[in-house]
Amino acid sequence: MSTLSYAVADSATMLRRQLRHMLRYASVTVFLVGMPIVFLLLFVYVFGGTLGAGLGGPAGGRAEYLEYVVPGILLIAVAAGGTGTAISVAMDMTEGIVARFRTMAIFRPSVLTGHVLGSMIQTMLSLAVVTGVALLIGFRPTASPVEWVATVGVLAGITLAVTWLCVAFGLVTKTVEAASNLPTPLVFLPFLGSGFVPTESMPVGLRWFAEYQPFTPVINTVRGLLVGTAIGNSAVIAVAWCAGITLVSYLWARRLYNRDPIR
Amino acid sequence: MTTTRTQSAIRATGLRKSFGDQVVLDGIDLEVPGATVFALLGPNGAGKTTTVHILSTLIGADGGEVQVAGHDLAGEPDAVRAVIGVTGQLTAVDNLLTGEENLVLMADLRHLDRREGRRRAAELLERFDLAEVARKPVATYSGGMRRKLDLAMGLVGDPRIIFLDEPTTGLDPRSRRTMWQLIRDLVASGVTIFLTTQYLEEADELADRIALLDHGRLVAEGTPDQLKRRIPGGHIRLGFADPDGLESAARTLGEVVRDDEALTLQVPSDGSVKSLRALLDRLDNASIEVGELSIHTPDLDDVFLTLTGQPDKEKEPAR
Repeated sequence: MSTLSYAVADSATMLRRQLRHMLRYASVTVFLVGMPIVFLLLFVYVFGGTLGAGLGGPAGGRAEYLEYVVPGILLIAVAAGGTGTAISVAMDMTEGIVARFRTMAIFRPSVLTGHVLGSMIQTMLSLAVVTGVALLIGFRPTASPVEWVATVGVLAGITLAVTWLCVAFGLVTKTVEAASNLPTPLVFLPFLGSGFVPTESMPVGLRWFAEYQPFTPVINTVRGLLVGTAIGNSAVIAVAWCAGITLVSYLWARRLYNRDPIR
Repeated sequence: MTTTRTQSAIRATGLRKSFGDQVVLDGIDLEVPGATVFALLGPNGAGKTTTVHILSTLIGADGGEVQVAGHDLAGEPDAVRAVIGVTGQLTAVDNLLTGEENLVLMADLRHLDRREGRRRAAELLERFDLAEVARKPVATYSGGMRRKLDLAMGLVGDPRIIFLDEPTTGLDPRSRRTMWQLIRDLVASGVTIFLTTQYLEEADELADRIALLDHGRLVAEGTPDQLKRRIPGGHIRLGFADPDGLESAARTLGEVVRDDEALTLQVPSDGSVKSLRALLDRLDNASIEVGELSIHTPDLDDVFLTLTGQPDKEKEPAR
């Protein structure tokens, strides 16, 4: 077999292992899907009426806020998935089995690619569930089939970026606790961006951060694709961020994994 | 590099490793012939596990040359990985999977085809007496079952060289016997075993050759018998009912080690029947009553204590 077919075969084996873990650790999966749903319901039904009025649109209310907030909630689901990834990578590294993998003639990064593929599947499923709940409570996107595909593509891009970043987080930390804390800022990023309120309503310093952080262009793109708001150059910036974060995180994670696991 | 017909399974020269400024291995030479058991013996912290980690490609060495199954460790790590099996001190099993799934995972990573992998897994489960628990998650296994699964996982690809890092630490006596038998069977089938242990009895039972590691250096190497011969220490121990008996025996026998509190004498002896008879004759002639008598031949414990200069009483499992 060539190196490439080893890479594919071993990554597939590791993915099967990850999927089994997820089924056995279903409580984690439920939590990762549950958290964004709770946020969705909280923001729509508790804050939605007031926040919707503040959006200043013609309708101005809960229904309009639902339309506004869904992309932010989706990004929270992505970040929550990342937390799960960091935890499961960190847990894996404390297990003897990974030391065994390192002494086997396998495609070396397959342990990591298995985690990434597994997390991608988990997060994409969680995004589908969250979207389903949003539709159930009255979210009415205007997207065409092509726009839906583009939405899935953008969300897959940011999920890939966040997942590789969180794999590196899981490798760089020495304990599972630390690994679960490190991605926490990611869960807050949608709040400090265009996820929940327009950035124009923020004070200057915060507004500057909100407009230039990576989640904002992703949120704007997804929002534009789903409900037809203006996208502008957000799509290009979003893709650039996703590609950049993925590349840097992949290289970082690979370097961390190739270090000697000193006891 | 000279290659001989009788190739060593493992050959290391000048192996060095430091963690920070702590020197763990300070220039070690090892030679392990094929299809034999080599035991690396030493107290906690001697560098045994580090040696296994390096030889099994888990971590890199700072210096020295190593060949495993004729492949250079630094240059062709994957060629080495293809022929070795490792059983670590931390049992290297996946706790969330079942025993069977663990073995099939190994078969997949060894790139066996699906049917062959399943057949091998079933065979190993049977051989290691794990068939009944094959479908249960490993998290529910006992320590002994885990060790057996761990070893079984190391055997999936039919490795020619197997590293066992303290394979019986923390096992009950029965599981330990089972493990020993498994190791003997493996060697009989032509596998080379590199074993670390802190149990002298285990090295004595299993090993063809033993190396004693202390503070990152090899302090002795040889067959168990060679090592035992290196130190004196054979003696006959005599116990007496009262101090008078002890006193007169000590006077009669001359060169002895006496312990007034325990009322015992240690008489140097090679343990042969002839020397024993001579000793008893001398005591008889002097009409000295001996309460009890026992013969002590030097064991590896004596070797260990003499050569490492530190007692190895802490037999707690390492973490």
